[in-house]
Amino acid sequence: MQNDIALSMRKINKSFPGVQALHDVDFTLYKGEIHALMGENGAGKSTLIKVLTGVYPKDSGQIYLNLDGTNKEITVKSPYEAQNLGISTVYQEITLCPNLTVAENMFIGRGNYRMVNWRSMKKKTTDILSKLNIPARATQQLGTCSLAVQQMVAIARAVDMDCKVLILDEPTSSLDEQEVEKLFSLMRELKSRGVGIIFITHFLEQVYEICDRITVLRNGELVGEYEIKDLPRVQLISKMMGKDLDDISSLQNRKPLDEKADTPPVYEAVGLSSLECANAFDFKITKGEVNGFTGLLGSGRSESVRAIFAADKITGGRMKINGKEIKIKKPKNAMMHGIGYLPEDRKRDGIVEDLSVRENIILALQVMKGFFRPFSRSEAEAFADEYIKLLGIKTASMDTPIKSLSGGNQQKAILARWLLTNPQYLILDEPTRGIDVGTKVEIQKLVLRLAEDGVSVTFISSEIEEMLRTCSRLIVMRDRKIVGELKGEEMTQDNIMHTIAGEAGQNG
Amino acid sequence: MKKILALLLVFVLASGLAACGSAPAAPAPSSSAPAPSKDAPSAPATPADSGLIKVGIVNNPPSESGYRAANVADFEKVFNEANGYKASTFYSLKNDEQLNAAAQFITDGVDYLLISAAATDGWTNVLENAKQAGVKVFLFDRMMNVDESLFEAAVVSDMAEEGRMAVQWLIDQKLPEYNVVHIQGAMGSDAQIGRTGALDAEFEKGTMKRVIQQTATWDEATAKQIVESVINSGEKFNVIYAENDGMAKGAVAALDEAGITHGVDKEVVIMGFDCNKWALRELLAGNWNYDGQCSPFQASVIDSMIKDVEAGKTLPEKIVINEEKFFDARTITQADIDTYGLGD
Amino acid sequence: MGNGLKKFAGSQLVIPLFALFLLIVFNLIRDVEFFSLTIATNNQGNTVLSGNLISILNGASAVAILSIGMTLVTSSCKGQDISVAAGAAIAGSVFVSVLRANEITIPVIILAFLLCCAVSILFSTFNGVLVAVFKIQPMIATLILFSAGRSIAYWINGGATPTISSPLLVSIGGFIPGIPIPTPIIIMVIFLILISLVLRFTNLGLYTQVVGINEGTAHLNGINPVWIKLTAFMILGVCVATAGCITVCRIGLINHETLLLDVEMDVILAVAIGGTALSGGKFSLFGSVIGAYIIQALTVTLYAMKVPSSAVKAYKALVIIIIVLISSPVVKEHAINLRNKLFKKQVKTEISMKAS
Ligand SMILES: Nc1ncnc2c1ncn2[C@@H]1O[C@H](COP(=O)(O)OP(=O)(O)OP(=O)(O)O)[C@@H](O)[C@H]1O
Ligand SMILES: [Mg+2]
Repeated sequence: MQNDIALSMRKINKSFPGVQALHDVDFTLYKGEIHALMGENGAGKSTLIKVLTGVYPKDSGQIYLNLDGTNKEITVKSPYEAQNLGISTVYQEITLCPNLTVAENMFIGRGNYRMVNWRSMKKKTTDILSKLNIPARATQQLGTCSLAVQQMVAIARAVDMDCKVLILDEPTSSLDEQEVEKLFSLMRELKSRGVGIIFITHFLEQVYEICDRITVLRNGELVGEYEIKDLPRVQLISKMMGKDLDDISSLQNRKPLDEKADTPPVYEAVGLSSLECANAFDFKITKGEVNGFTGLLGSGRSESVRAIFAADKITGGRMKINGKEIKIKKPKNAMMHGIGYLPEDRKRDGIVEDLSVRENIILALQVMKGFFRPFSRSEAEAFADEYIKLLGIKTASMDTPIKSLSGGNQQKAILARWLLTNPQYLILDEPTRGIDVGTKVEIQKLVLRLAEDGVSVTFISSEIEEMLRTCSRLIVMRDRKIVGELKGEEMTQDNIMHTIAGEAGQNG
Repeated sequence: MKKILALLLVFVLASGLAACGSAPAAPAPSSSAPAPSKDAPSAPATPADSGLIKVGIVNNPPSESGYRAANVADFEKVFNEANGYKASTFYSLKNDEQLNAAAQFITDGVDYLLISAAATDGWTNVLENAKQAGVKVFLFDRMMNVDESLFEAAVVSDMAEEGRMAVQWLIDQKLPEYNVVHIQGAMGSDAQIGRTGALDAEFEKGTMKRVIQQTATWDEATAKQIVESVINSGEKFNVIYAENDGMAKGAVAALDEAGITHGVDKEVVIMGFDCNKWALRELLAGNWNYDGQCSPFQASVIDSMIKDVEAGKTLPEKIVINEEKFFDARTITQADIDTYGLGD
Repeated sequence: MGNGLKKFAGSQLVIPLFALFLLIVFNLIRDVEFFSLTIATNNQGNTVLSGNLISILNGASAVAILSIGMTLVTSSCKGQDISVAAGAAIAGSVFVSVLRANEITIPVIILAFLLCCAVSILFSTFNGVLVAVFKIQPMIATLILFSAGRSIAYWINGGATPTISSPLLVSIGGFIPGIPIPTPIIIMVIFLILISLVLRFTNLGLYTQVVGINEGTAHLNGINPVWIKLTAFMILGVCVATAGCITVCRIGLINHETLLLDVEMDVILAVAIGGTALSGGKFSLFGSVIGAYIIQALTVTLYAMKVPSSAVKAYKALVIIIIVLISSPVVKEHAINLRNKLFKKQVKTEISMKAS
């Protein structure tokens, strides 16, 4: 048995100012297994990985690695060392260099510092890209690729190195189903080669599809280690949350809102186009409606909502708010008209890394209030406190820099920022990315509650069930064009897939 | 006021000025000084009058220092058409640009080449070319490392002599004791080395006490801080030897703030260099004691030498040391200020 | 109370304050009387305070004022303006030429200062436009004025080093009759108060940092990065004008070649010592001001130690390397680790208490 262990960690402790992120955590990974590491946002999953790969020094505990058949204690001082020991990692936040090309990103900081052969580097990269079906060129600058492609490049980079242990920290949060499938077949292949894989995700289906065993963390402590077959879904959830999940079936079957003739739509656009969204489109949303844009990655759904918020330069179109013609030329205009927008790429467009949670939460409202009218410290604290409690944001204090929050909690803070502005129309682009199951349900409930209070919401998610549960109208996109619209009863998985594929089921 | 309005316009051209202000990109000689308003040519410019002597002047830019500004102005005053010259001038702080300009002047066929070199080395080639082309060379202000046969004459300052004169004056004051605050210019510059040498010799001999010797890099405000720190330390001193007027002014500002008197028959003797007009006025008022000058006025000496050469005479000396002047507060007159003071 | 202490220990100000503290202790050991103040009567007949403490505070005021503007530029533009000293030479020249053209009275001085502010702001805005609109790296953009500035000043002065003298100017550069503290210190304090008020009653601080940390987020939250950067440059323009005028008034003379020579490096250093990353983002104005005082204290210390002229720069560099090293993240991390090891028990019990 001994030699089957690829890696083990014993009594790992790690604390940050104000939080004990890991407390006596044990973890064992066997060769040729896919091991899910599960837990709520802020449970300590990423921290455990970072301790293992030397990003953070551990406070105490031991790490053993199977080197040539024997388990040796190792001390890893840097990710570079970890890599040399055969531990490859894809971190939760993409850590590649957006200014370099895809090929450079694949090869920098790896192995020896001998002369770089650009030609062979380019060729190898092209091979890997085509093998994994990644739609990118080797010479393309990484920053110009979509988030999903960047994620795939990061995975390709990690997988390409001959590794003994592969760690994937929420790699699928920005991928669509096909890409996830590609990743999974890759993982299976590695598994058959005897690589031990640690897989972190908040998608339970994926866990049950591909994993062999599960380790659950809660509040930095080990809850237990289970064979996948011994732990049905419901139990897994309650192990993670420490309580049972609310019944989500009640959320389903939202009635489509009747379009009332006498009240104009909250927001209406005719012939709207922007630099990133060249195909002009029409769109409207009524008071209290929840609708969604759906389509494959790159179908233009994010670009469309960005145009509504004027996040990219507007090139044409007329907009009306509550029936009144208005001009939205920049995000500030949209905000002043009561529109809120939670962006897809949290790291690039959402958080202000070095600023505190408090400042991050009040930012949008502060801008709306005006340059010359800053909130007093106590007002700001009251706001931040309210929303930290409301959304259960896990943070040592509201003065903690947001970058030291766990990924999911950062997302919640950005959500709080827009809820705080009390918008009449809220655009949420992947609001549940990286958010744990419990909170996901909370957010869905929140969206519905907002709608009941008369807020209109546009919701984008890669998880179709989530959209089905919350939306009363779905706008389907393909190749940067709107190809259909589904309402009420028409909204089924099948129908959506058909519309996306452009086969049948075009709504009548 | 007009200037300021004009400045606003020039603002737009700032980037252009960056290129031609201190480091002209092309070594093409320009005949107008950057300070145009000063002395307009007294005779209207007539195209290539054959009666004029053509001279090419290679100098450091007037913006380098007040000394250089006076030097440039002096040359402008002497070498103009009213005096029978057609002069072209090139300014740069960089030796290689100066070299290029000199070569260009030779190609242009000037009769005389007047050079104040930015650096002492690298000139042999150009001067040989000049000799072959029959261009006669005069050096002014600064010597260079070349064979004496390559130039007609050099009119230079002796900075060390300047320092010796100042220190001799100080010794002649017969103070009961000499506690000297010595404020130096930018370390390594000719003026600093010359003006420091003689004083250092006295410090070595023990005839004078070095209270502090510190560089203020020609900066007035730094000089003030240095003197402040001496005052704060409570050490006694009765002489301030500042290597230029600006630093002396900074030092005096510190004394004024501390309530220490200075000047003729006061607590502290003030010595400066350069002989700016404003500094000489301080002497006249008795607030300072001594001001030495490294004369920037070499133009008239060279003028008379050129006239001699033109008349077919041979020059008696290869190297002419420019006569240095100094002023004592007890003897200075308004006429001295008007004649010898720099600036206004 | 313990909490307050911890907050302080975590703040950006710790290291600059610590460095300042070390310098003070060092001087006190060298000479107990180093910081003693004396009361004297100056040559204008005013009773004034003097001593090394006053010299440090007074001498640093120009750098301190400049470092305030530089901090804002650094934070929002992720780079530094290296033309501040050259800009100050222009400002000083404008100031002097206005004063020389008129009889020096208080209204004329005010007018001269306002004009000089206008000119400085104009030049600064030019830099700002290059940086904010044309997205040129700040150091490159300001290189233009860095090299042209003193030539422009030369041109304004007509090539000379004009002097101005008036008791009114002495009051600005030295002491106001009846007030024993040098006026530059007072101006500096007023400046700091003003800028604190601006930060308190506007969102300049927040916006500047957001722009400096993440421009994408700034844009999506309705902040216009271009305006914020331009504002930072304009404020720096006012700082430059003020610093130039103070320096001119100290001596009563403008020397375009030497006015605040090389001061841009001191200013940038002050910002760095103060804990603001030169790559932009979070800033600390007070840190920068303390940084300016550290540099001046260091200079005065070296003078007092009679370090030879040729070695001054080397000594300065040495001390600054040490300060910068102390504040480097690597050393900081080691210090934190060391502290954690020493106080491990307390930390643990604290956490368990929190948990319960
Ligand atoms: N650099 C840091 N400084 C301070 N606290 C930190 C830091 N990194 C993580 N933490 C804290 O440690 C705890 C665990 O965070 P971690 O990122 O491991 O969570 P996670 O399980 O990966 O959550 P998520 O699912 O949201 O990614 C959180 O409370 C977080 O605030
Ligand atoms: Mg995580």
